[in-house]
Amino acid sequence: MLTKRIIPCIDVDVDDDGDPAVYTGVHFEDLQYTGDPVELAREYNAAGADEFVFLDITASAEGRETMLDVVGQVADECFIPLTVGGGIRTRDDIKETLRAGADKVSITTGALERPELITEGARAFGNQCIVISVDSRRRYDEDGEHYVEVDGESCWFECTKKGGREGTGVDVVSWAAEAEERGAGELFVNSIDADGTKDGYDLPLTGAVCDAVSTPVIASSGAGSPEHMREAFEAGADAALAASIFHFGEYTIDETKAYLDEQGVPVRR
Amino acid sequence: MNVDVTVIDYGVGNLRSLRRGLERAGATVTESSDPDAIRTADALVLPGVGAFEECMRNSRPFHDVLREVAEDTPVLGICVGLQLLMTDSTEDAPEGDVVEGLDLVEGHVTRVAGDVKVPHMGWNTLTVERDHPVVADVETGDYAYFVHSYRTDAGEHTVASCDYGGGFAAIAANERGNVVGTQFHPEKSGDTGLAVLDGFVSFAADWNAGRTPLAD
Repeated sequence: MLTKRIIPCIDVDVDDDGDPAVYTGVHFEDLQYTGDPVELAREYNAAGADEFVFLDITASAEGRETMLDVVGQVADECFIPLTVGGGIRTRDDIKETLRAGADKVSITTGALERPELITEGARAFGNQCIVISVDSRRRYDEDGEHYVEVDGESCWFECTKKGGREGTGVDVVSWAAEAEERGAGELFVNSIDADGTKDGYDLPLTGAVCDAVSTPVIASSGAGSPEHMREAFEAGADAALAASIFHFGEYTIDETKAYLDEQGVPVRR
Repeated sequence: MNVDVTVIDYGVGNLRSLRRGLERAGATVTESSDPDAIRTADALVLPGVGAFEECMRNSRPFHDVLREVAEDTPVLGICVGLQLLMTDSTEDAPEGDVVEGLDLVEGHVTRVAGDVKVPHMGWNTLTVERDHPVVADVETGDYAYFVHSYRTDAGEHTVASCDYGGGFAAIAANERGNVVGTQFHPEKSGDTGLAVLDGFVSFAADWNAGRTPLAD
């Protein structure tokens, strides 16, 4: 039986000495240092993670070099799928990242600014490696296309750019359907509202995207416990991503999977 | 003994993990984009990513030599690489028609059917259907990582099957057993995948030493 995937996410930046380091944040800000990315990947691999996501949160060119180097080191040791995101804008960026050892690339701003990138990437490297990532933000005005009822209020979800700092006016649900149409192999759904809160995923968001597409959906942002992951799966997600609950040792991957297994969620153990 | 495994490089993206996985299994790995150079390899690996028709087109310079060496060399196809080894595929073919494959393993590739999400992406369980060196250390219930939208129905060729919208071949082989392929990615399937690569490399070593367990 196809299992639901548990994916630890590692935000990688360079520290003051130029070495790669992992950070986690709240609402995409206030970053805290949590460790060495290659070491973390090795631990997660041994602990039974189903995949890794690496997000390059550096903007500099050196940061990018460092990142690709880390990707290679991880790919050499961990025989599970590796998705890399951050700053991917062109076909060459996709190629370079895959060549470094990534199996999939996650694209946010690059695809919003030039949707053809999805089609080009899918054609050149296969749909399976093009993951379209959205950084959603709830809006309670009249400008959206798809509305959901949340606590008695009607809201829609807007795609943001630059790590949530810039709005786009694009409706997440419409964009997800378009991305699928253009060849995205997977959708990675982040929420600015839920990020770092540990109050659970933005379930209305997860559900709305899952209803709109038939490609796999990864729920992200807000996980504080294995129960939250179960909720995301019930909302239709195929994979649940988490960063801080694993990095800070609040739950192990094994504890998470044991809980899900007990709850009847199929997981790889 | 040392085994030289040549990975056929016809422009398929990331071969890094595959190379590392084969090296861990004890092989000396060469990536080659020269059809003549693959003739002398102890074993060949045919990777594949993307669409069947495009992979068929891009791998065309290798077809003759592949057909020739497949007579007496272990060949491992991975994902679309397995599909290329089969008789034909309906992917990107006009309605009711097929695109021809290498026909080294008899079978037809069709789209994942049933009430399931496509692509089939993630970890799914294997059921071992018959003996083959690549499954020497694989048990029914072990998980492998799949990413694909097309597959071939489970049948005579099936060494291990998987169920997703119906049973399909997760590992298939020809009658003699030297041409084999996995629909999943062994280089991304954790310990189970490494066991399959180990099995293939040991098989290639035995085959080349004349101790061919499956020879007819």
